[in-house]
Amino acid sequence: MAAADTAVDLSQAMRLEPVLPGDWLVVAPLLLTILGGALCLITRKNTEAQPKVAIIFLTLLVLSCAGLLARVLDKGVVTMVAGSWLPPFGIAFTADALGATLALTSSLVALAVAVYGASDVDRSGRRYGFYPFLLLLMTGVCGAFLTGDIFNLYVWFEVLLISSFGLLVLGNERAQLDGAVKYAILNIIATTLFLIATGLLYGIVGTLNMADIAIKARGIGMDGPLTTVAVLYFLAFAMKAAAFPVNFWLPASYHTPRIVVSAVFAGLLTKVGVYALLRIFVLLMPDARAALADLIALVAILTMLTGVFGALAQTDIRRLLGYLVISGIGSMLAGLAIGTTPALAGAIFYAVHSILVMTALYMAAGVMRALGGSFSLRELGGLYGANPAFAAVFLMLGFAVAGLPPFSGFWPKVLLVDAALVGGHGWIAAAILITGLLTTIAIGRVWVFAFWRGGAEGTPDGYEKALAVPDPKITGAGIWLPIGLLLGLIVLLGIQPEFMMQVAGRGAASLGEPLGYLRSVFGDAIQ
Amino acid sequence: MEATVSVLIGLFFAVAIYLLMSRQLVRILLGIAILGNAVNLLIFTSGRLLREVPPIIPEALQVPAETIANPLPQALILTAIVISFSFLAFLLVLAFRAYQELGTDDTNEMRVAEPTGDVRPPQGY
Repeated sequence: MAAADTAVDLSQAMRLEPVLPGDWLVVAPLLLTILGGALCLITRKNTEAQPKVAIIFLTLLVLSCAGLLARVLDKGVVTMVAGSWLPPFGIAFTADALGATLALTSSLVALAVAVYGASDVDRSGRRYGFYPFLLLLMTGVCGAFLTGDIFNLYVWFEVLLISSFGLLVLGNERAQLDGAVKYAILNIIATTLFLIATGLLYGIVGTLNMADIAIKARGIGMDGPLTTVAVLYFLAFAMKAAAFPVNFWLPASYHTPRIVVSAVFAGLLTKVGVYALLRIFVLLMPDARAALADLIALVAILTMLTGVFGALAQTDIRRLLGYLVISGIGSMLAGLAIGTTPALAGAIFYAVHSILVMTALYMAAGVMRALGGSFSLRELGGLYGANPAFAAVFLMLGFAVAGLPPFSGFWPKVLLVDAALVGGHGWIAAAILITGLLTTIAIGRVWVFAFWRGGAEGTPDGYEKALAVPDPKITGAGIWLPIGLLLGLIVLLGIQPEFMMQVAGRGAASLGEPLGYLRSVFGDAIQ
Repeated sequence: MEATVSVLIGLFFAVAIYLLMSRQLVRILLGIAILGNAVNLLIFTSGRLLREVPPIIPEALQVPAETIANPLPQALILTAIVISFSFLAFLLVLAFRAYQELGTDDTNEMRVAEPTGDVRPPQGY
């Protein structure tokens, strides 16, 4: 065998130089979360140790994602290939500014959720695996953001989906089972559509590596079969992202689990769908995006409006927030519909903002429940008198989600509206602004009913009803810390948006002009 | 060969979609099972069908001597089978638990999370 080995030039098939130590950061998020998830599973019965293990590993995850983002900003796109096989044969992990930014934001949110969960999730919830599921969910989310292979993207989607099932049914209540059935079936159909499209795409271009697809699909142009594939991808990820005609699973299920689970879902899951849309329609198939731009614009506008009108018509705060998640998805799709680099930067910035603010709002809803004893706008009241500081926090989060300055929602909307007007999409700009106004009204209603009113419905004007004494565990430092962390980031992004603008611009540029991405995968020979 | 299998895949999809449009949870689950198999066949066919030469490299050689069957779709399908199998197992348990708790497998009557006569939001201020 030795003689035969020498006859083969291995450099044709493998990367022979060792992986740079910094490049290991690409897979570090996956290793950390899988390891942490396994440890939490082992310590499943030790309900005291689990939160500590999870918080340690999620802190490491935040650090590794921050390191990865710093490296991507410093050295450009980072690629690592499984088994050192040369792409497109080895499965590639490719981190660009977009993937690294979203991974960092998601890991921050997961850390906040883990801290919140330490006070909110009871022993039985921990015993049934809240922390292992949370960490494995993060494996799926980070894997989806960092992979450079489209079939691998499917696998990560399934990893995060199965973990989300586990989180959704934690508690085993009637409403949870009902919501979980709808969530599970519709999401499985969506991932199956994704798999169908991937199978067909493989049949056309003969490769699964994203950089390779990007090169080959540009060579083919918009042939008939490729259009079919593009439409299937759009439908699959629109379902994942809860865009308008296929959004019904979200309001049916997001209000049923524990509030901390709703918080992590609202922050992360739909944004992974949006990320996949950006990746596929801008990096892989820009011609398909141009061909479907009008359809995407229509879906975006309808998503924004259904979301916000749905929010206006809700009694339950959790369902109201679920509709605001949908409305935010519309804004991100608007960036995809416009398609210019500033618009895509706006969509990326909006995704970061939405991840932070929706999680924080669901956590705040949990505090409202703890203080006022209900999620219903009819039964809440007097929270301003009960806790003025929390009232201020909620108002800031509400301003952020409505896109009012000086909070994080303002700048992405500026980018999107500006890009829409420059690109001649007046309708999109109008829809974004109207949605902002209606969101302000929806949040204003929550404020008026839950905070300003003296007590539950029927309390005479000017009278204050005494609230039940809240559970000290749910209003202590373990709850304030995560909300404070997210609120701090939201205010920071609102006051100092330059860094985020720059990063989002880098992400958008690497999608639109993928030379850096392609060179990172295939070496400098690519033109 | 591909054309014949394509027709078969089309039949699988037709059956799956018909079952998915049913209101009974059990039929929907059967539809999902068939849908998963339809996709597996689709991926298999996308890799082009070639029966004659298995993808095995002879001992004395480093590369295959002639055109071989494409091994990649088989790896993809293997992954997809494992995933769809585990999902189906989870869904069966979920559907059974939902049936136990809700007393129905008719999706139109499963309205615990979203009741029809829900409380309307406050109308005045």
